[in-house]
Amino acid sequence: MDYFLQQLINGLTLGGIYALIALGYTMVYGIIQLINFAHGEFFAAGGYMGVILLSYLAASGAGPYVCLAGALILTMGYCAVLAMAVEKVAYKPLRHSSRLSVLISALGMSIFLQNGLMLTQGVYDKAYPTQMTQGSFQVAGLYISYMQVIIVAVTGILLVALNALVFKTRIGKAMRASAQDKIMSGLVGIDSDRIISLTFAIGAGLAAAAGIMVGFYYGSVHYGMGFVPGIKAFAAAVLGGIGNVTGAMIGGALIGIIEVFAAGYLSSEYKDVFAFVILIAVLYFRPTGIMGENVDDTRV
Amino acid sequence: MEPVLELKNVSAGYGRIQVLRDISLKAFPGEIVCMIGANGAGKSTTLMTICNVVTAARGDILYRGNRINGIKFSKLPPMGLCQVPEGRRIFPRLTVQENLELGAFFRKDSTRIQEDLDMVFDFFPILRERANQKGGTLSGGEQQMLAIGRALMSRPRVLLLDEPSLGLAPLLVGQIFNKITEINRQEGTTILLVEQNANVALKVSRRGYVLETGTVVMEDDVKNLLQNPDIRKAYLGE
Repeated sequence: MDYFLQQLINGLTLGGIYALIALGYTMVYGIIQLINFAHGEFFAAGGYMGVILLSYLAASGAGPYVCLAGALILTMGYCAVLAMAVEKVAYKPLRHSSRLSVLISALGMSIFLQNGLMLTQGVYDKAYPTQMTQGSFQVAGLYISYMQVIIVAVTGILLVALNALVFKTRIGKAMRASAQDKIMSGLVGIDSDRIISLTFAIGAGLAAAAGIMVGFYYGSVHYGMGFVPGIKAFAAAVLGGIGNVTGAMIGGALIGIIEVFAAGYLSSEYKDVFAFVILIAVLYFRPTGIMGENVDDTRV
Repeated sequence: MEPVLELKNVSAGYGRIQVLRDISLKAFPGEIVCMIGANGAGKSTTLMTICNVVTAARGDILYRGNRINGIKFSKLPPMGLCQVPEGRRIFPRLTVQENLELGAFFRKDSTRIQEDLDMVFDFFPILRERANQKGGTLSGGEQQMLAIGRALMSRPRVLLLDEPSLGLAPLLVGQIFNKITEINRQEGTTILLVEQNANVALKVSRRGYVLETGTVVMEDDVKNLLQNPDIRKAYLGE
């Protein structure tokens, strides 16, 4: 039983990270029906920018939590700007082209960004200053590291903030309207280009936060790190019901938990397989996902 | 008097297919002017071209004396030019209240917005009852009221109405058109009304244009149009 609960905690931690990435896929899909295959690269860029800023801030003598907060906020801002630039260069000119053209452009952008990261940061892993958040405590026989607490807390705050933005604010209302009918939202005065740009920025900001979390979780980052978690988060978005914000959060948590349980009870060799088994099963049996169609109150 | 909205020899279409040829029309401040014509005559395309959703290939579109060709259509509601498009196009997964609030999206005067929301609710009381319901759950007539209400939230100077009678029972059509004339009288809103239902459209309008295969074939005061034997035969079912 202890082992089960321990794995559940680990799974939720990882699931929170997947949820952060999955939101970017689902929001962009909701608004322009594009699977942004370059999305994983924002996550990788965030992982790198995070470690660079962390060492810079640590060298300036700031305390560990100040460093962490500063690096997190600046990295999210950096990736938001990067995503807006990518959207402007690679997607906006293709707004009226076929969906396939935009998809190919996204794949190209993914390769470009990944290789850009390799050229500027090198091919070797970059270590995260994990000593910053070292230590753990025990509750009822379960080991919980401070890092897990930070990951879950940051993820939770970001998810709540995003929910409030999308469902409670004027700009969130405009985003939902644009997702439903772009011409009509223009006819009431909403500039859909700005909304699309903002959607990319928010999605990439969340992915950047996930990049830093993963850096701490696994201890290092790598230029190709965006690919596998990117695809898993995509599976999470599909599982939750693509286009649905709440669905992406649920899907992310489920994929994380399933992966950790598979590693813990079956074999860690096969842990990556399960996300894709789920993806295929969902596409086969319930393509609309958990929150799709029938319960579409929370669709953007 | 200067027209508030004027089209001068406008041609437009989709890709290589030309839909509108040499359309000229005027709407004067405070009047209801209608455009009648059969299905596919280009009525909706005319309204979409005015708003630059469809790009005019030739000709000038003048709003309050300024050429507005090529202006991004999201810039038009703040200028007072607002369209209720064909099929209503309410946001189905937003609540009635959210739909109405979006009509005032560009406005910053929140107290006035609240007043206007109350005004729309007084105007269409059923919308107040349904305020927290999703737009997509409303009936056709209620959706039409919501679409008009949403447009009113922008405090339009010129309102472009595309087929408000579409798919509505005759009794409801009468109600909606009473409301349209009321808006025109109370607020002094200029209304360009596009209708297949020539009977009701000609009843509420001052002047009318007849559109056939993308060209204006006739324009006159409605009392003359109503007496024209060709119009009576082709559009009024005699």
